Amino acid sequence: MRYLKGSFFLLFLCSFSLAIGQFTIPDKPSLQTSVYDYISLLSSTDKKNLEQKLIGYSDSTSTQIVVAIISSTEGENINYLGAQWGEKWGIGQADEDNGILIILARDDRKIAINTGYGIESTLTDALSKRIIETVIIPEFKGGDYYAGLDKGSDAIFKVLTGEFKEDRPRDSGNDNFPFGAILPFMIFIVIIIILASRNRRNRGGKGGGRKKGLDLWDIIILSNMGRGGYRGGSGSFGGGGFGGGGFGGGGFGGGGSSGGW
Amino acid sequence: MKKWLIPVIILVVIVVAGYQWAVGFNNTAVTYEADAKTAWSNVESSYQRRNDLIGNLVKTVQGAADFERGTLTDVIEARAKATSTTIDVNDLTPDKMAAFQEAQAGLSSALSRLLVTVERYPDLKANQNFLELQSQLEGTENRINVARDRFNEKVNTYDIHTTKFPNKLLAGWFGFEEMARYQADPGAEVVPDVNFEFD
Repeated sequence: MRYLKGSFFLLFLCSFSLAIGQFTIPDKPSLQTSVYDYISLLSSTDKKNLEQKLIGYSDSTSTQIVVAIISSTEGENINYLGAQWGEKWGIGQADEDNGILIILARDDRKIAINTGYGIESTLTDALSKRIIETVIIPEFKGGDYYAGLDKGSDAIFKVLTGEFKEDRPRDSGNDNFPFGAILPFMIFIVIIIILASRNRRNRGGKGGGRKKGLDLWDIIILSNMGRGGYRGGSGSFGGGGFGGGGFGGGGFGGGGSSGGW
Repeated sequence: MKKWLIPVIILVVIVVAGYQWAVGFNNTAVTYEADAKTAWSNVESSYQRRNDLIGNLVKTVQGAADFERGTLTDVIEARAKATSTTIDVNDLTPDKMAAFQEAQAGLSSALSRLLVTVERYPDLKANQNFLELQSQLEGTENRINVARDRFNEKVNTYDIHTTKFPNKLLAGWFGFEEMARYQADPGAEVVPDVNFEFD
C-alpha cells in the first residue's frame, strides 16, 4: 500500500513539473569564466569587455560575478532559478559564499540579480532591486543590453565597496543639478587634458615620427573611451577564465531580486 | 580439518557481513537525517526572517493615516499565530508539519490582502521604506521556496534510504522513522504574490 502511495506521489511530482515547464540548468562548464551568452545577445567585443572587467574584479576581490544570458526561463521564477543555478555551479568561494549570478532572460524581458549567502548582507534584496530599476532597466528599455549590464556591474562594485547611495529619482525633482547637460563638456575637457598630456609626452620623446594632434591611434583610443570600455583597446587579453581554479563552490539561498522592462 | 569448522566460518562471515551492513546503514541514515534537520532549520529561519520583515511592514503601514484597521489586525494576528507555532526539529511528524504550514499559509494570505489594500494608498506606495520592505519580502519568499525544496530533497534521500526493502527492516529496528515533507500549500499559486508592478 505504501509503495502504491509512493508511486502516486512520484506521478504527481512528474505531472507537476511537466505542467510548470522547467528550465534545465546547464552543466557546470569546464572553462569557468564570467559571461555566458547562450543566445549571442552581446557583440563579441562587448562580451569580452564585460568578461575581462568581471574577471579583473574577481582577481582583486575574490568576489565572482557571473552573467548568464538566456532566452527564457520557461515559466520558472527567475530568482528561484538563479538560486538553484548559482548553487549548482558553485559560484564564489566555498568558505565565503561570495558569488553573484546575474540572469538576463531576453524573451521574458526579465533580469535577476542573485546573491550568494555571503553577499546578502551587503548587496541586500532592496539594493539589488534598486540597481535593477534605476541603473539597468533604463538602458534595457533603450535596447542597449551591454550598457545595462556594464553599468549594473559598476553599481554592484560600488555597493560592495560601500559607495552606492543613489536614491530613487523623484518625479518632482526640478532642482536637480543638470548633469546631463554638463556631461558633454566634461568629456570634452577630459579629452583635451588627455591630448595635452600625450603631446607633452611626445615632445619629450623618443621617436620623432609622431605628429602632434590627432592621429589614427588617438581616434581609435578615444572612440573606445567614449563607449566606456576602459579595456577596449587591448586585444592581448585572451578569453581566459577565473583564476585560482574557477568556481569555488559558493552557496546560494535565494537572495536577490528581479525586475522586468 | 574438523568438520564443524566450515559452518562456523560461514556463520562468522555472515555475522560480520551483517554487522558491517547494519553499521553502514545506520551511519548513512544518521548523516541523511542530520542533513534534513539542517535543511529544516534553514526553512524555519527563512520564515523567521519573513516574520521580522512583516513586523517592520506593519509599523510602516500603521504610520499611514486612516489605513484600514481590519486588514492590519488580520496580519498582526496571523503573525502572532505563525510565530507561536514552532516545531522541534527532532519531532518532524506530519501533524506538526501540517500545523506549521497552516499557520504560515494563514500569514501569507493575510499579508497578500494587506499588500493589495496598499495599492489604494499612493503615499504608501511611494514610501521608500515600504518599497525596500517589499523587495526584501519578495526575496524572502524566494528564500523560503528554495529552503523548502532543499529540505524536501534531503527528506527524500533520507526516506528512500530508510524505506527501501532490506534497509526497511533495520530502520524499524534502529528507530528511523519516515520524515514528513513540506507539501505545497493549497492554492499556493495565488497566495504569496508580493510582486507588484510600479509605474
